[in-house]
Amino acid sequence: MATKNETSIKAEPGKQEIFITREFEASREIVFKAFTTPELIVQWLGPRELKMRLDKFEPKSGGSYRYVHIDPAGNEYGFHGVVHEVLAPERVIQTFEFEGLPETGHVVLETARFEALPGNRTRLTMQSVFQSVTDRDGMLQAGMERGVNDSHARLDELFAKASVN
Amino acid sequence: MRRDVFQAIADPTRREIINLIAFNPLNLNAIADNFEVSRPAISQHIKILMECGLINIKKQGRERYCEASLQQLNEVSIWIEKYRLLWAEKFDRLDNLLDKMKNDPPL
Repeated sequence: MATKNETSIKAEPGKQEIFITREFEASREIVFKAFTTPELIVQWLGPRELKMRLDKFEPKSGGSYRYVHIDPAGNEYGFHGVVHEVLAPERVIQTFEFEGLPETGHVVLETARFEALPGNRTRLTMQSVFQSVTDRDGMLQAGMERGVNDSHARLDELFAKASVN
Repeated sequence: MRRDVFQAIADPTRREIINLIAFNPLNLNAIADNFEVSRPAISQHIKILMECGLINIKKQGRERYCEASLQQLNEVSIWIEKYRLLWAEKFDRLDNLLDKMKNDPPL
């Protein structure tokens, strides 16, 4: 595939939600499988430089999951949640909690919707609903793996992105 | 119309303007001298950059200087972009996996 499909994100100021949308050049059944099969999900869900280990993965209504990301120094970052609904191949609804926060109870409700498009393509929409705007913005901030100090470097990154669009 | 960082930098001329004044405030004429497009067009870009909060106008004597206000790039919008890139990276890997799955169905 020559050009990658754009990943778009919507996180409006002052709201408790994040939407992530992406299209894939594969049928909804295949995309759904990549989201709900343990051997497959570990191949793509972890951040690039981290290893991912599934401690528990029950992609079915009433199931639960726990996985850890392991950095090169061996530090583990755990995540867990319960699965509210798995409706193949349309929808997965689950909770999500990062175990590395100073206190427990900051839970996110995640819904992944898989929409079949013509030509055996799929549109994925992931909605995350946080308990507060602070929780949501904290999660967005955590997406910054590294501090970028130089404002020109920041500009370059934004510009690189802008010119892709 | 959207007035945020992404709107501000969606246009190449506006990106150029921010680069020009990133560390060195300039007045409108000095900015316009760097571009082929008309002065009113540059004014319009500067107006949009102001509305997006990336430029402040400072008065010094009779001159009005445009200075970049890059603080905003530290804030939510830059976090969102970083977060987006994090997911874009995962999905690029997922693309490769999906290709493999299509060619090699069992699993």
